[in-house]
Amino acid sequence: MIKDQIQLTFDVQKIRDDFPILRRSVYGKDLIYFDNGATSQKPQVVIDAINEYYTENNSNIHRGVHYLSQLATTQYEEARKIIQNYINALLSEEVIFTKGTSDAINLVAFSFGETLSAGDEIIISAMEHHSNIVPWQMMCERKGCILRVIPIDQEGDLIMSEFDSMLSSKTKLVAVTHISNSLGTINPVEEIIEKSHKFGAKVLLDGAQSIQHMHVDMQKLDCDFYAFSGHKVFGPTGVGVLYGKKEILDQMPPYQGGGDMIAKVTFEKTTYNELPHKFEAGTPNISGGICLGTAIQYLSKLDIQSIQSHEQELASYAEAKLNEFEGMRIIGTAKKKTSVVSFIVDGIHPFDLGTLLDKQGIAVRTGHHCTQPLMDFFEIPGTIRASFAFYNTKEEIDIFISAVERSLTMLR
Amino acid sequence: MTLAEKEQEIIDEFAIYDDWMDKYEYIIELGKDLPKISDDKKTDDRLIEGCQSRVWLALDIEDGKVKFSADSDAIITKGIIGLLIRVLNNETAKSVATAELNFIKEIGLHEHLSPTRSNGLASMVNKMKMSALKSL
Repeated sequence: MIKDQIQLTFDVQKIRDDFPILRRSVYGKDLIYFDNGATSQKPQVVIDAINEYYTENNSNIHRGVHYLSQLATTQYEEARKIIQNYINALLSEEVIFTKGTSDAINLVAFSFGETLSAGDEIIISAMEHHSNIVPWQMMCERKGCILRVIPIDQEGDLIMSEFDSMLSSKTKLVAVTHISNSLGTINPVEEIIEKSHKFGAKVLLDGAQSIQHMHVDMQKLDCDFYAFSGHKVFGPTGVGVLYGKKEILDQMPPYQGGGDMIAKVTFEKTTYNELPHKFEAGTPNISGGICLGTAIQYLSKLDIQSIQSHEQELASYAEAKLNEFEGMRIIGTAKKKTSVVSFIVDGIHPFDLGTLLDKQGIAVRTGHHCTQPLMDFFEIPGTIRASFAFYNTKEEIDIFISAVERSLTMLR
Repeated sequence: MTLAEKEQEIIDEFAIYDDWMDKYEYIIELGKDLPKISDDKKTDDRLIEGCQSRVWLALDIEDGKVKFSADSDAIITKGIIGLLIRVLNNETAKSVATAELNFIKEIGLHEHLSPTRSNGLASMVNKMKMSALKSL
């Protein structure tokens, strides 16, 4: 009954009112923002929370006995709990604030990496963002570990039989993206987690593209690490989260040294603070953490099922319309996809089309999307990517399609 | 025609367009008209790798005057290259090296020359000036 009521209140026009930037224009045209995969826009409540923090509550946390410090600390720790509840982590100390997804993955690559030895194997996939490739390459170089890559097929699905044959007792960690930023593929992470655990391997999910589109439940998924960025989930930039299981995090050495992460410091020996502070050296992005909490609270008031079906409808509609153009090639046609449409057009450079769309007020991403190995696999220089959020509309897609048509006429 | 006169000529040409798309229509035509550079000149040492598009640049000196030829895989990039070549070709190496190219800003295309645009054009202008300097 309550759920029905929430669904009935999913009104895209009402939601758009929450996002002030959607009212602006660029080059004299109403802004159409289809670059949500790169970053999401912020609702007024988040913008207000940032303002309120610096106007009313700014203070350093975990340090002072004074009123403001206590207040800021309480808000920061409440934000951690909001995130814990949203992702259904067992404990709040399993939620570690980072600078973002890249920072979270680097933390694991360094710290968990320290527990590995030469010859141990890490498995990633061919569709990873550079953020989930390079930290592992650096770690493998440092520790003498071996990096293996799950290949994909032409549709953009992981070839799971290849993954099966890679798994062995040497596999220590499987680090894969939950959803591909370039292709939109939703990976079978439940299967990956189950199979990896049978070999005693830990699993890290790059959740940068998933938490804003679906419900993620840490206890149900049973992944060992999950990383995401605040700015892609309607929160501020410069803040993100690493979720990790407590028993694993407890065994990992600190990543960076500094204030807040220590229990006692002497020149002879320093003992480290407990979780989550062990991994949060120095004054953190306090406002970022608090306002990420606000963003997650905002999201939790919407019905994720309605969001998903709205976004799916947008993506299917856009794909169908785009496919009517001659020479159109959709890159990424996996069985399960999120609201990302990546495409190229025969004889048209993505940069040219992207530039002309921009001049018509439409923000899309062009290029390799930080997934160069993936572009090499498809033998293309890059794609044009339209990535939709729940505040986008079919009317915007109609305008986008007309703009593509006009651009192609000019370029051909 | 002096370098400054060539720049002014382009500024005047663009002054008639008040719509961005018309401006780009013109740039695309310029890109289509840019003489192709021969494939044997599209070598790796002439390639300027941008994040978004790629540019090949070749330089010849004839009678003390600079002759650039260039190509790109993106047509808008080619159009802007065409404008740069029109201004810089047949100038002395010294004028090329010190050219400020303010016309790009005047016609509203400076975003394409910003290093953040990653289309290879900013690097191309640098390389044009550097190779002109080297030839001195």
